[in-house]
Amino acid sequence: MDQTNVTRRGFFRTAGVLGAAVAGSSLLGVSVLAHADDAAPAVNIDELVAKQVGAGPIAMEKVGLDIPGTAENAALVRMPIVVDHPMEAGNFIQTVTLIIDNNPNPLIAQFELTPEAGKASLEFRARMAKSSKVRVIAKSNSGKLYGVVKEIQVAAGGCSG
Amino acid sequence: MADEIGNPKIRGPKDPVKKGELVEIKSLIKHPMESGSRKDKATDALIPAHFIESVVVEYAGKQVVKATWSGAVSKDPFFSFFVKADVTGPLKMTWKDNKGQSFSAEATITVA
Repeated sequence: MDQTNVTRRGFFRTAGVLGAAVAGSSLLGVSVLAHADDAAPAVNIDELVAKQVGAGPIAMEKVGLDIPGTAENAALVRMPIVVDHPMEAGNFIQTVTLIIDNNPNPLIAQFELTPEAGKASLEFRARMAKSSKVRVIAKSNSGKLYGVVKEIQVAAGGCSG
Repeated sequence: MADEIGNPKIRGPKDPVKKGELVEIKSLIKHPMESGSRKDKATDALIPAHFIESVVVEYAGKQVVKATWSGAVSKDPFFSFFVKADVTGPLKMTWKDNKGQSFSAEATITVA
């Protein structure tokens, strides 16, 4: 984990300065999703974030990920996400992206919301390969970015058997 | 057991709700959610990826929420979210996996 911290430190500043290019489309690319456990170099997290939500500054507020710091079952880690933001026409959270840095494929899920959802609150469960930072980034319809990062410890990986 | 797949379930409010009320919808579906990175212990071969890659929620005919998932979403995925109950109408969910299989389920939101 420590060896990769250097490249990830700049994550919440302007992202995407150097490193290997992340191939694929600008959306949640099939190319990224398909390589669940590719032995290829780990994805550059800053670039992944920039690709998914844009390279602007991320305000570390408004996004809640209320989970314990230790996951009892790495195969089933609750990811309850709440974004404290209006959901009205013209002022709403448009996407919510969840990234687990140390998973073979860090991009776990992306959600597209509309004002009709009424509340930017969702929950699902994810597998964690090992202890990792878990990041949630919410993007408003006007392009503002909000985020949270949680360090989650797991006893044993939930990805491989 | 391991082959069980589908059987989508949606749980929303059973009783009529007030117009404009924010209601939580919970859903479950049986699916192996194989990421493609797991090895078969007997043969040491990779188990091919087989996971739900999208979940679309339509309320009264309009898409309100869409999820795009990787294979790291847990097996038999649970998913909950909110909708603002403005009209009486169907809430339809459609799950699609990377092999092209599609599942759907419907519930009704009744606005009093």
